[in-house]
Amino acid sequence: MTKTETAAADVLDIDRIRRDFPMLSSVMNGHGLVYLDNAATTQKPSAVIDRMAAFLRHEYATIHRGVYTFSQLSTAECDTVREKCRRFLNAGRASEIIFVRGATEAVNLVAAGFGRKFLKKGDEILISQIEHHSNIVPWQRLCEEKGLTLKIIPVNDRGEIILEEFQKLLGARTYLVSIGHVSNALGTVNPIREMTRLAHHAGAWVLVDGAQGAPHFRVDVREIDCDFYCFSGHKIYGPTGIGVLYAKAKHLDAMDPYQTGGDMIESVTFEKTTYAKPPAKFEAGTPAIAEIIGLGAALDYLGKLDWEAVTAHERELLTHATEKLSAIPGLKIIGTAAEKASLVSFSLEGIHPHDIGTVLDQEGIAIRAGHHCAQPTMKRFGVPATARASFAFYNTKEEIDKLARGVKKVLEIFK
Amino acid sequence: MTGMGEVKLNDLYQEVILDHNRRPRNFRKPEGATHYSHGRNPLCGDDYHLYLKVDGSGKIESVGFEGSGCAISKSSASMMTSFIEGKPVKDAEALKNQFLRFLTRDPVSEDTRAAVGRLKIFEGVRQFPVRVKCATLIWHALEDALADAGRKKGQVSTEGEGK
Repeated sequence: MTKTETAAADVLDIDRIRRDFPMLSSVMNGHGLVYLDNAATTQKPSAVIDRMAAFLRHEYATIHRGVYTFSQLSTAECDTVREKCRRFLNAGRASEIIFVRGATEAVNLVAAGFGRKFLKKGDEILISQIEHHSNIVPWQRLCEEKGLTLKIIPVNDRGEIILEEFQKLLGARTYLVSIGHVSNALGTVNPIREMTRLAHHAGAWVLVDGAQGAPHFRVDVREIDCDFYCFSGHKIYGPTGIGVLYAKAKHLDAMDPYQTGGDMIESVTFEKTTYAKPPAKFEAGTPAIAEIIGLGAALDYLGKLDWEAVTAHERELLTHATEKLSAIPGLKIIGTAAEKASLVSFSLEGIHPHDIGTVLDQEGIAIRAGHHCAQPTMKRFGVPATARASFAFYNTKEEIDKLARGVKKVLEIFK
Repeated sequence: MTGMGEVKLNDLYQEVILDHNRRPRNFRKPEGATHYSHGRNPLCGDDYHLYLKVDGSGKIESVGFEGSGCAISKSSASMMTSFIEGKPVKDAEALKNQFLRFLTRDPVSEDTRAAVGRLKIFEGVRQFPVRVKCATLIWHALEDALADAGRKKGQVSTEGEGK
């Protein structure tokens, strides 16, 4: 054990943290669950589960509409969570925080409310070669609809964006750069600050898809200076069905609403509707109230952790997994960027990832096998799919050792 | 040691299945193919091209496949080709129906069990519901390849199939 890791472990107290997550003591196929699919979704601490249950049992009412006390309290609770999200991202104002279903909806919201309104025939959108489908398909649709051009920023063999190529692609017609903070398939941490600076210099706006970034790093949207940033609640230990889009106030003021209906209007007559101010303008209909409350509880939980220790621990897990796995004959790690979040995508020579996943499942180990909703990434690296182990701060080196033993068992079966 | 898991895995990855995975039979594009379909499981990435050459009397003269996927999908494709080569189309179709029943019905009738013969080694797949579509993919491709011109899609996907 290195000195750093000892210190991190002391501060984090992994045993205590693991007890906060009831699912982590589950049994799967006769083994204690080894949960290594955190990039897909994270487990929930009791703090989130209990808070949502208490809210639904004792406090639940709609927001904004009721004159009665419980509705007012509910409204105030949701406003408090919006403020927590502002702090989590270090945004300037709480009105720059829009509640959405998740990062996917956030990207679609920007494509519809911003893209459809401002982009014109011949304009260009830049995305990287290693995006999740949710940061590809909304832009493709917009391009088809408006006659725009989608340009792809290439990555090198380690899975890192080639900044010189990015600079070459940035041109007078580049209107928007939409880029993942962290690649879900490879783990690459993209240089979003530098890319934002370069894009702004070229006169383009920037969306950062933080679905895989927010779970691992302290995000400061004002320091990044991106125009849009989004994340999903369920990947940061909160519930599904809730996420956040941050957008600079000037954009939210100028953009069109995404969906229309109740709660997002100022006044409606049959002749004309005027919209409410952001964030209400972008939140038509009754929101996911209990999920907003749950997200707030998740942010509170994360707020109590020592993030330096979290980062150090996750880095240790990544290093340990990289060492253990690359020592296995025939195993190839896909994505070897210098800056990676704590996940390892790999392939085994001659063995399909689904067969790896099935064998590991029988050992109680949950990993992801497939293309990770990133088919262009798979194509870039010449594989149909990979196996992916993705770590959270509650994972341990012992779990990674079990993973390595499980992979060796796969080799025995398929020898 | 691991008990149940071990047993289930041994049932799933039987030696014959592993052998067909390692050395798939008829893993090629036959000359003069008359029927074709492309079978894909978009979520797992199993992806096969199936080619058949059917002669004037309705007999499958030759059959071959190309592509990539997991051990279950590949061995299922390999075994299917060895089973249907040289057989009349209608026998291949009957076997297809029985095999699909064998993997998706509960319980499996004795008739079906008898009809699938040595394909019974895929029984272990039934314990892994998400893998059933791996074993059935090539058979759905067969169904599509042999379908009448009007119903033919040229491409099949088992995503969204029950189980």
